[in-house]
This record gives sequence, structure tokens and C-alpha cells, in this order.
Amino acid sequence: MYDFNVARPGSIDEAVKLLSDEDAQALGGGQTLIPTMKQRLAAPELLVSLTNIPEMQGVCRDGDTLSIGGATPHAVVARDAAAHFPGLAALAGQIGDPAVRNRGTLGGSLANNDPSACYPAAALGTGATIVTNTRRIASEDFFQGMFDTALDEGEIIVSVDFPIAEVSAYAKFAQPASRFALVGAFVARYADGVRVAITGASETGVFRWTEAEEALSQDFSHEALDGLSVDSDGMIGDIHGAPTYRAHLVSVMTRRAVAAAI
Amino acid sequence: MESLSLTVNGKPVSAEVEGRTLLVQLLRETLGMTGTHVGCDTSQCGACLVHVNGDVVKACTMFAFEADGAEVTTIEGMADGDDLHPIQEAFRTHHGLQCGFCTPGMIMSAAALLKENPKPTEAEIRHHLEGNICRCTGYHNIVRAILAASGQPVPERTATATADA
Repeated sequence: MYDFNVARPGSIDEAVKLLSDEDAQALGGGQTLIPTMKQRLAAPELLVSLTNIPEMQGVCRDGDTLSIGGATPHAVVARDAAAHFPGLAALAGQIGDPAVRNRGTLGGSLANNDPSACYPAAALGTGATIVTNTRRIASEDFFQGMFDTALDEGEIIVSVDFPIAEVSAYAKFAQPASRFALVGAFVARYADGVRVAITGASETGVFRWTEAEEALSQDFSHEALDGLSVDSDGMIGDIHGAPTYRAHLVSVMTRRAVAAAI
Repeated sequence: MESLSLTVNGKPVSAEVEGRTLLVQLLRETLGMTGTHVGCDTSQCGACLVHVNGDVVKACTMFAFEADGAEVTTIEGMADGDDLHPIQEAFRTHHGLQCGFCTPGMIMSAAALLKENPKPTEAEIRHHLEGNICRCTGYHNIVRAILAASGQPVPERTATATADA
């Protein structure tokens, strides 16, 4: 890869200042960015590591909200969120493989918004709030299509507030080589209704399956999904699966998530 | 250039590296410790696994500058003098390697698993090794070696081997 300068700030303020340089790029765990840089698909002049900022680390419960620092690795979420929000912890524990989970971070995954990543399903499926250095962004407004988010240049995900569900589960059909989701469904039941978020399937990235949400809010059982399906128009088609196959998997994985949540 | 100070296998190390230097390059090229292998260089095969502050990571997918101040353990740090680490000994006894290229990563991965889960089931071992690829496909004996290293009985054939037969 091309050479670049590096910085490892110890505070958010310092990181924000460094990232005001237009050729600077934030580095989370680097599990996507480093391979991308090796292929010279990204070539920042300044890489600002966010892994040495204590206030961006860790899992903290405040009432019915689980707040997770943006630089918290997946393995820490899988371990420390388990007692508070088992569905979310289990999702984190299914990302990549053990070594990837020790480096990859929540904020890095959300900021990248890979259409097949797991965390976007958790953020949208819980109605999470993405807290940045300047504002709070609702998950509905955050994801803006494949690899696109509401983040401005140089804006950092400091933490994410996840409303804790009564019950929840994530069901992922893993792409056998990459372990990304060919299709993943996150289902969460709250006092005011059920949310269903689907990753891996759509060309526009993570989305809510509102028809399923309505049916499950009436009757939280996999039978409630009988007869419901998503249109294959706009689903991803590649060597791993055709749009019709992915559309079918959306129903199957949502049913499995409901069965696992109960 | 970045100035680093870290601990590698219990010994303090200082080095000057470029920003783009990967941890595996620091270990192999700067420090001459070639036990950590580069297999795919695309974060998939796990041949480059090392422990950083006790956590298993891919040394080809971490920059050296991020290991400043860290405690790194590589395959060279596993044996105690001439005495192999119990996991290394189990790999030898159970023929847990064919060409041996993936072995350093397999052993570092196994060590991380047994620290967290001292008596894993065969299924848990296989799941944990998701990020370690053996291109000789010698997985059955690797799984048997890890079962042995955990002090559990080693079946003549592992469940998957029987199912495949």
C-alpha cells in the first residue's frame, strides 16, 4: 500500500481536529480498511486511529438503553452486552471470526455501512441512535444506501444507544467464504411493537421489513409470517445468490429469528 | 517514521517503522521472528495470528504503530526453552499438521480458545477455527490435537470424520 502519516489521538477533540484535514481518514479496527488500502482502493494521506480513546470504549447500561462506545470491538460487545441485551451480543459474536472480532469495531462497521454487514441490522432493528461528536442521528436517517451514511466528512461515531428489546434475535445465513451475511434478519420486540431489519439482501443496504413488523406486532410467532414475502426487485444478485434466492431467504431468516427469539 | 516500544514474548522491543508497516512485517522483517506466517495477506487464512494484550488478532491486518505499548505473544513465545507448549506437544503427538504452514496460526488460535473455554466440545473447536484455513485440509487431526491439549479424551475419529466416511 502507499505510505501515509499516522496519528493515534487519546481524545475525541484531538481526533476531530486531526480529521479536519480533507485527506485524513479515520481508522477503527481496520478489518475492512486495511485490506482496502492493500488493494490501493483507498489511499489516505493521514490515518487517524480511534482505538486509543478511552471514552469511545466499552458497554454501559442506563435504564432501558445500552450505550456502546464507537471503538468497542465486536468481541467485547459479545461478552459484555450478553447479560443486558443477549440478541445484540449474539449478533456481535457472529461477525467474521474470533480474530476479526477482537479488532473490528461497532463504529467502524456502521460508518462503512457494507450492505452485507451485521451491525446495521442491529442498529436499524432496535431503532438505535448514533451519537457523533456533533449530534445524535436516528438509525432511520443514518443509513443512506450501500456504503453511504449521514456522517459528514470528519464526523466520528462516539457511541451508539441501543434501546433494549424485550426479546430479540439475529438469524444470519453466512456467505460461506467471507462470513458476511448473504441475508441476515434482526427481530426485536418492544412494548410498542416489533421491528424487523434485513441486511445482505437489498441493493440499497439495510432496510426495515414493515409488513413483517405489522404482522409480528399482532402475533409474535413465525406463523404470523405465513404468506408474507418481499419483492425480488432491488435485491442483490451475484455469484452467491440470485435476487429471487435472497428474497426467499429474507422470509426464511426472519422466521428463524422469530423462532430463536421466542 | 514512527517510534514504537512494545513487549514481544516478554522482552522489551523498540523499533522505528513506517506508518504502513503491518504488525506481521514488524515481527518478521524488523525483528526477524519468522514463525508468524503470511498466508493470504487478505485477512482470511489466520496463518498470521498472534496475541496482542491477550487477544488473538491477525497480524497482517493490524498496523505496527497500533501495537505501541502492547504485549505481543507469537508462536516463538509459546515453548518454555526446549519444552514445547502443551498445545504444540499435542499437535506433534496427534499429527496436527501436514505441510505445517498454517500451524503457528492454528496454535495461537487454539491457545486463545482454551484460555476462554478450557474444555471445548469438538463443535466449539471447529467453530472457533472458522478463521484458520489449512490448505492441506488436515482439520481432523488439528481438532483432535486441541481436544488432547485440553485434557479431554481424543476419539479415534472425530464426529465429522465419521459422518464424512
